[in-house]
Formats: sequence, C-alpha cells, structure tokens
Amino acid sequence: MSLNVSNLTVHHGAICAINQVSFAVPTGKLAAIIGSNGAGKTTLLRTLSGLNEPTSGTMNWMGESILGGKPEKLVRRGISHVSEGKSVVPELTVRENLELGAIWRRDKNELHESLDQVVSIFPRLGERIQQRSDTLSGGERQMLAIGRAIMAKPKLLLLDEPSLGLAPLVIQQIFQAIRELTTSMQLTVLLVEQNAIGALNIADLGIVLNLGKVVAVDNAQALIDDPAVRAAYLGY
Amino acid sequence: MIQLLNTILIGVTAGGIYSLMAISIVLVWRSTRVINFAQAGMALLSTYFGYTAMMQLNSFWIALLVAMIGGAIFAALVEIILMRLLVKHSSTGPIASVAPIIATLGLLGVIRAVVSMIWGGQNVRITGPLSNDGFSVSGETLVFSPLKLLILVSVIFLMLLLSILFQKTNIGLALRASAYAPEIARLSGVKVDLVRTLGWALAGAAGAVAGIFQTVNGNGTLSPDSIDFSLLLVSGFIAAVIGGLESLVGAVIGGLLLGILISFVLMYISSALFFIAPFVILLTVLFIRPQGIIGTKAGRRA
Repeated sequence: MSLNVSNLTVHHGAICAINQVSFAVPTGKLAAIIGSNGAGKTTLLRTLSGLNEPTSGTMNWMGESILGGKPEKLVRRGISHVSEGKSVVPELTVRENLELGAIWRRDKNELHESLDQVVSIFPRLGERIQQRSDTLSGGERQMLAIGRAIMAKPKLLLLDEPSLGLAPLVIQQIFQAIRELTTSMQLTVLLVEQNAIGALNIADLGIVLNLGKVVAVDNAQALIDDPAVRAAYLGY
Repeated sequence: MIQLLNTILIGVTAGGIYSLMAISIVLVWRSTRVINFAQAGMALLSTYFGYTAMMQLNSFWIALLVAMIGGAIFAALVEIILMRLLVKHSSTGPIASVAPIIATLGLLGVIRAVVSMIWGGQNVRITGPLSNDGFSVSGETLVFSPLKLLILVSVIFLMLLLSILFQKTNIGLALRASAYAPEIARLSGVKVDLVRTLGWALAGAAGAVAGIFQTVNGNGTLSPDSIDFSLLLVSGFIAAVIGGLESLVGAVIGGLLLGILISFVLMYISSALFFIAPFVILLTVLFIRPQGIIGTKAGRRA
C-alpha cells in the first residue's frame, strides 16, 4: 500500500468536513472518490496535498508520514495536486504554466522529456504552447492543469473534478488520458468526481464518501454493480 | 522646436524616475496586495544609505549600489518582520484588509523620524557623476543635460534587466505565478513566502534608484522632509494607477506619460500648476479608465 490514510479528521472552523476517514490505495492504482456535494471529497484532497491541516489522524505516503507537510514540500516528494476548477494560471502562457509545474526540478535535461511527454498526451497543448492560457477552451485548460502536474514527475496524482463543466466528449478524452497516464507512468491516482459512473469506469477501486465518512471501499466494478451505490450515487 | 524637444526630454527623464517608483509600488502590490505608503520613506532611507557611502568612498556608482542593496535588505526585513506578523495577528474582521496598509503609513512616519535622528534634519548633498548643465544645440542651451541623459539610460537599462528577470527566468516565473495564483504556485512547488519577500526586496531596490536619481536630478540636496520625496510618492502612485496597478509595463507607461504630461503643463500652461497637475491627471484617468491604461475590464482575478 503506497498511500495509507487512517482515522483522518479535518475541521473547517467548527464544522467537521472529514470524520475518521481510513483507506489505502496500492501503488499504481487509480482510485475514484465519489459522493455527493459536501461529502468532503475536496477537503480530503486538499489535506493530502498540504493545503488543509487535519485535526487528527495519520497520512502515510510510501511508508513515510506526510502529516504537516507544506504543498511546496510535498510536491518534491512526488505528490501533485490538480485543484478544483481548472488549476492553471490564466495570465501565463501554456508553456509557462508547464514550466511552472517543473519549477523546482533541477534535472534540466529531463525537463524536455517531460514537456514532450505532456505534449504527446495532449497534442492540443503543443499547438497552443505560446498562447496565454486564458485563451484556451475549458477542456484544454483541464489538459493544461493535468499537464502542469505531470511536469512535476509525480508518483501520486490528486485530481479534483477534472470533468467539471466540460462537454461529454471532452470528459471522455480527459478520463481516457488519466487512465493512460496512470498505467504508463505507474502513477497512484486519487480521482475525485461528481461524474461517478465515468470515474468508476476507468478506476481500479472506488471510495464512497458521505457527510465526511467513508461508506464503501471496493473495487470499481463491484461498486458499479452494487444496487445501493447505484441508487444513491450513480442515479440509475 | 527647441522648447518642444526640451519639454519632451525633461518629461521623459522625470517620467523614468516616476516609473521606477511606480514599479516598486506595483511589485509590492502584486506580491502581497499591500499599497505601500512607506515606499517613499524607504526610498529616502536608501538614499541616505547612498549618501553615507558617497561620503566614505566618494563614488556615485558605489553609492547607488549601496542604496539599492540597503533598500532591498530593509524592504525584505519590513516584509518578514512587520507584514507577516500583521497578517498573522489581524486575519479576520474589518481591520484585516486595511491593517497592513495603515501600518505602512505609520512606517513612513517612523522612517522619517529615524532618518532625521541619525543624519540630522539639515540638507545634505549628493553629487551626480555628470554635469546637470544643459547640452548646447546650435547656440541654444537645452535644459536636458548629460546627467539627465545618464539617468534616462540607467532607467532604461534597469527596466530591461527587470523585464528579462520577469520574462526569462524561473525567479520571474515564480514571482508572476505567486502574484496571480498563489495556491497554484504553492502546489507547483514555489515557496510563495520567500517569493513575496523577494518582491519587496526588488521594490526596495527600485525605490532606492528612484530616490537617488530624484535627488541628483533636482538640486542635489536631501533632507528628511524633502518635498522631492513626497512628490515621488504621489507621482509613483499616480503612475502605478494609470498603468493599472497590476502591470510592470503599465507602471513604465504610466510614469512616462505622467512625466511628459506634467512637463507640457508646466511649460505651456503655467508652472504654478506644479502641484495640481498630477492630481488632475489622476482623477481624469480614474474617471475615464478606472482599470488603468492596460488593465482589463474584468479587473483582477483573485
């Protein structure tokens, strides 16, 4: 198990957003985190990347605690977070956003490889490399946000609702790219999604959150087949 | 014709100095969202650092360098010691957003008082490296002088350096990303606190150059309550606002525009308008284009 979360509790002021959450994700697996609004999905990711501080509990990545780590430090340990809502810097060009993702890396030779890799996964970014990123479409921005995270050569990728506000065809493209990246880079991925069925379809395992608690952890196909989960979260 | 040339050249020189001041205000605003009223005080202090170096070593260029380094260090310390503490202690309530700004007003007063305690209240003198006597063109003497030309060239040189720093280096990328989207910058591995301090330090250095040049471009004298520095603060702010407050290019354009406009008003309307003209220009810009010359209508993104 490369990511181990146990008894994690996070508060926003007096409100308990995450309550005694425990789960584990093996190396190289894609885990979909599903659940309705306010279930604590975003808070969970923000806590893992160091943006939020937990009240109690433990978080281990590759056998070492990441508790109290700052985002700028954790990214150096292989944890890349694509935050909610197309996390790119609109004032910067596509190339600058990608360079930003690798800004802490010292291995300048390998940077080109990472850039080539991102452009080969998302050729559209290559075509628009000199454009300011606020001229991109929603789907392209999401590709850029993921690309920025990939530039950090991550081992653990945290994705917060990459499908938000995108057209169905684009969502399909993005999901497919996430699946391919997971396999080709041997990434461990946490994918937070409202689009539960789409996420479970590409995931290895699923974690269902409700009101800050884990209500189910199982392999993805089993969750899709589970009548209770279908009724509550998949809408059919 | 000579008069027109004179007017433009004087305006551009003064405008270049305003631009530097505007750049320092924009740098602080972009890195920490604080309007720094102490910027002129910091420039004053840095200029006194330069004065002290000049007394010891008798070189204008070393004095300029000392002022820049001293100004950068002082600004960094202000950010680390004062600003971070203030933000920590007043993170909620109506005072949160204004406390740092009001604190800079307080700092302005403190700096002036401390400067007069250390260096005394009397005028001291900084001599420029070149003569401020105007060039002669076909028998007529311009107001534009070798010194003013040097100031102009130095300002252009510094702006080129800054634009290379911002556009071509990782430090510049970190500075821009932290200004526009601090959270994404952090997630990308940028140490945003450090970058903020760096923004203040750069602002301190730019302000120091503005202070030294403003002094030698005037009558060469310096005192803790020098009117030159009040004017520098006001002009710097106006130039920054004209430029949209967010943009370094805007700050440069704003400064040059302001310098040239004031120069024309003084030359062709009345020199009595010296203290009114900048404010009229400011109000006009705010009415016609409140987002500044190159600001976007949507305003800034959070």
